[in-house]
Amino acid sequence: MSMINYASREINCKLVYYGPGLGGKTTNLEFVFNKVAPNARGKLISLATETERTLFFDFLPVDLGTIRGFKTRFHLYTVPGQVYYNASRKLILKGVDGVVFVADSQIERMEANIEAMQNLYDNLSQHGFNITALPFVMQYNKRDLPNAATIQELQAALNPGWPVEDPARQRVTPDPYHEGENLIEEVGGQWIERAPYFEAVAMNGDGVFDTLKAVSKLVLKSLGTA
Amino acid sequence: MSGASSWSFREEDSKRIHVILMAFLRESNARTGMIVDRTGQMVATVGEEPTFDPTAFASLTAADFSANDQLARMIGEPEFGSLFHQGEKESMYLADIARRVILVVLFDNRTTLGLVKLRVRQTVAELSKVFDDMFTRGDAGQVRMETGFVGEAEDELDKLFGA
Ligand SMILES: Nc1nc2c(ncn2[C@@H]2O[C@H](COP(=O)(O)OP(=O)(O)O)[C@@H](O)[C@H]2O)c(=O)[nH]1
Ligand SMILES: [Mg+2]
Repeated sequence: MSMINYASREINCKLVYYGPGLGGKTTNLEFVFNKVAPNARGKLISLATETERTLFFDFLPVDLGTIRGFKTRFHLYTVPGQVYYNASRKLILKGVDGVVFVADSQIERMEANIEAMQNLYDNLSQHGFNITALPFVMQYNKRDLPNAATIQELQAALNPGWPVEDPARQRVTPDPYHEGENLIEEVGGQWIERAPYFEAVAMNGDGVFDTLKAVSKLVLKSLGTA
Repeated sequence: MSGASSWSFREEDSKRIHVILMAFLRESNARTGMIVDRTGQMVATVGEEPTFDPTAFASLTAADFSANDQLARMIGEPEFGSLFHQGEKESMYLADIARRVILVVLFDNRTTLGLVKLRVRQTVAELSKVFDDMFTRGDAGQVRMETGFVGEAEDELDKLFGA
C-alpha cells in the first residue's frame, strides 16, 4: 500500500524480497546498500540471529529523488526463509506494493523454492492480494553454481504462467528482457502470463539492479494513470 | 494493475493532526509525538525533532506493534491497544489508532507514565476520528499520480541503478 503524503510531498512504496532460506535475499539488499550512493539510501537494518540468519526482516530505504515535486522512496524488505517464521513473513507482506521472488537455482533447492512460492501465494491471499495482480518479478539466483538447474526447469516449476482472463490483455507481449520470449502468449489454446525473470549472482551483484529496477518500474506504473 | 491500494494524506489532514498532537504534548509534557502507519511509514512528527533516522524508526515501530499483536493473540487477546517501553531516561508509549496507524510518544523524566497514558486516551479518540474520516472519504482506494510522473520516475531509476 503505497502512501502518498501530500503534506510532506512524499511517496513511499514497499518492495518485499521473498523466497526460500539462504537463497540470497539479504545478499541482494547488501549489494544495493553498498552500491547506491550513500545520500540516496538509509541504513540497512537487519533483525538477525547471532548466526546471521534473518530473524524478522532486513530493511533498506532507497531514495529515488524528487519527482514532480514528490520525494519518492522505496522501502526494501526481506523476509526470513525458515519455515517456522511464517508469522514474520505475513507481517512483512502487509501493505506490499511489489514482490521479488529470489529462487535458489541449485537443483537440490527446487523443493524449497516451490514450497516458498506456495507460501507466498497463501500469505498474500490472506492479505486479500493476488500475486497475478501485484507487481511481481522472479530472480533466479546463484547462477554461478555448477549444480544450478536450467532456466527452463526453473521457469516450468516456479513461473509456468497464470491464465489471462481479460480479453483486452490477450495479445502476444514480448519479454523486454529476453529476446524471442514472451510474457503473455497463447499456449495450447490458453492465454497465459509469466512474471519477468532475471538471472543473478547476487554475491557479485550480477542481476541485482536489473531485478530491482524491473520491479520498481512495475510499481511506479501501478501508481500512474493507467 | 496493482492489487494494492494506496492512501493519500492531505495538507488539511496534516494540520488537524498537528493541532491535536501539539495540544497533547503541551498537556502531557512529552517530547515528541509521531504517527507511523502499520506498514512502517512515517506519517507525521510533532514536537522535538528526533535525532535518529525516522525511516528506520517507523519500520521498526510497525514491526514492534505487529509482533506484539501476534503475542496478544497467543495469550487470547485480540490485540494490545498500547505498548510501553521503559528506559532509564527515555521511554516510549505506543497506541493503536483506528487499527490503521500508531501513535508513538517519546517522553523523559519531565513527565510520568501516568500523565502520558491519561492524555493519550483523549488524543487517540480525536485522532481516530481524523483517520476514520481519511479512510472513508472515498479517494483512499486508488490514488493516481499525474501524467508524466511515471516517465520521470523511470528516468530517475535509470540514473540510480544504471540504464
Ligand atoms: N554461490 C553463490 N552464493 C550466494 C549467491 N548469493 C548469495 N549467496 C550465498 O548464499 C548464502 C545465503 O545468502 P542470504 O543472502 O543470507 O540468503 P537469504 O536467507 O535468502 O537472506 C550466503 O552465504 C551468501 O553468500 C550467489 O549468487 N552465488
Ligand atoms: Mg536473509
